[in-house]
Amino acid sequence: MFEMTKQALRAFMVESFLFGEETGLPSDTESLIGAGIIDSTGVLELVAFIEDRFGFTIADTDIVPDNLDSIDNIAAFVGRNIPNAAAA
Amino acid sequence: MRVERFLSKSTGRSPGKTALVTAERRLSFGELDGMAGALAAALAGYGVRRDDRVLVFMDNCWEAAVSIFGTLKAGATFSPINPSTKAGKLAYIVDNCEPAAILTQARLLPVVREALAGRGGRPVALISTEGSDGVPDGVISFSACLQEEAECVGHGGIDSDLAMLIYTSGSTGQPKGVMMTHRNIDAASDSIVTYLEGRSDDIILSVLPLAFDYGLYQLLMSVRLGATLVLEKSFAFPQAIFETMRRERVTGLPLVPTMAAMILRLPSLGPGMLPDLRYLTNTAAALPTEHIARLRNLFPGAKLYSMYGLTECKRCTYLPPEELDRRPDSVGIAIPNTEAFVVDGEGRPVPPGVTGELVIRGPHVMQGYWRNPQATDAVLRAGRKPWERLLYTGDVFRTDEEGYLYFVGRKDDIIKTRGEKVAPKEVEAVIHSLPGVMEAVVTGVPDPVLGQAIAAMVVCSTELTEREIMAHCARHLEEFMVPKIVMLRDELPRTDTGKVSRRLAAGALEGAE
Repeated sequence: MFEMTKQALRAFMVESFLFGEETGLPSDTESLIGAGIIDSTGVLELVAFIEDRFGFTIADTDIVPDNLDSIDNIAAFVGRNIPNAAAA
Repeated sequence: MRVERFLSKSTGRSPGKTALVTAERRLSFGELDGMAGALAAALAGYGVRRDDRVLVFMDNCWEAAVSIFGTLKAGATFSPINPSTKAGKLAYIVDNCEPAAILTQARLLPVVREALAGRGGRPVALISTEGSDGVPDGVISFSACLQEEAECVGHGGIDSDLAMLIYTSGSTGQPKGVMMTHRNIDAASDSIVTYLEGRSDDIILSVLPLAFDYGLYQLLMSVRLGATLVLEKSFAFPQAIFETMRRERVTGLPLVPTMAAMILRLPSLGPGMLPDLRYLTNTAAALPTEHIARLRNLFPGAKLYSMYGLTECKRCTYLPPEELDRRPDSVGIAIPNTEAFVVDGEGRPVPPGVTGELVIRGPHVMQGYWRNPQATDAVLRAGRKPWERLLYTGDVFRTDEEGYLYFVGRKDDIIKTRGEKVAPKEVEAVIHSLPGVMEAVVTGVPDPVLGQAIAAMVVCSTELTEREIMAHCARHLEEFMVPKIVMLRDELPRTDTGKVSRRLAAGALEGAE
């Protein structure tokens, strides 16, 4: 599940932020801000993608680097939220 | 006064006080001053002399602050370069200003190397922060430079020397280096801290790039005041920024409208959550009146300053906060010790209510564009006194009966997106360089978060997709210049005389959003 989430995230980033060029993809632990992959509006696009793809709503208090600033962090965050969404 | 004196004077007053806070480390004034002195000694050792140019190609890291003051202490002129700048533009800037040194970060080294590849002329000392493997051969380690004995470099510079060359997007498509002397910066920063009532116990948080003069001046002014600057790389995670603001007890927050729009989207924010905040500033583009009202509601204890300026004089006007209720759409009056007035086509002042071009007079006006007398003469023109030149801003303004200024529009096609100026020609030139592109026209379309979003209409001779065009732009332009909308067409809209019409293209692109 974790790996599938990460695949989906990588595909989204290549498509939305790297214009199809996989070479620019950061490592799973790298900061997306630090690597210059996403900016302020990029985060909003990322949030919209996660909500749409994984079917849960992200509270604005959850839009923090610990949840969203690397592929690993996002996958873990998604993993924590999907059971909640399924139960709801 | 020379700008590095801001640092030495504040260090003399309180060496142990915190000057800079970044995610990686905190620096006291004594530490910042010592590191800048060590870097200056190292730069001198690598052949950097008085009036040489030094590029600072870094993001908002503590090393960038050290680099700026270190360059000045070496008697040289710093040029801050946006870290998302690509090799092609960096090569243009290197050719244009012929730097003696480039200070950068490990992650940006490939861009610098590509920009310098095959270049002859004067050798450039390339100094970089260390990556996970140190620094490669031929590159000087930034941290090794800081091990130098900090000594006062006897460069002999005075305050009418150039302190800074800051590149701005030019309407012809090539960036232009705005020349600012130490005296210019001294005058501009003194004026701004006067009307903001800046204090040594201020704690200012900035997410604005140091390569953007609004961001850069947060550093220069806080060092001048002996205040503390909390430097962040991005506003992508506003909640994390607010947490930092609460923790550091931040008193000043400079905004651009994009950030205000992002703050106002957060439903969990309530009034009074940042009790230490003393003031907010906004510039780069006007805030919608509704946003002004909501920001004031959210930060009831803070004064909100609406301001207006351009890189060529740093800042032109500010609206005293007490006037905000009466004229929320005004950008106010000239900043202290300067003049701002509206003139007609012959340079004569126009009466209130009549539109004309805004002209600026004062000690903050630039010396001109680096090695570009033609562009300089177009904006710096003879003034009222034989010894001075006035700055013609290219912005259309009017005043009300009491002399308060209102922005009406641009005289040229410059787009303002995310608070940064973008010349459509610069983006068009990049699109044209993609094989298969026949014609392109670029314009700004209204966007609730960006202010204006960059949009391109393109005619191709071969099969190109919108995505391929965006990818090409992303490879060659800073990120804020990459079009958000690309529309492929069989032909571009033209006026009756057959000229490509940016205005008609804008209409079609707005509808496409």
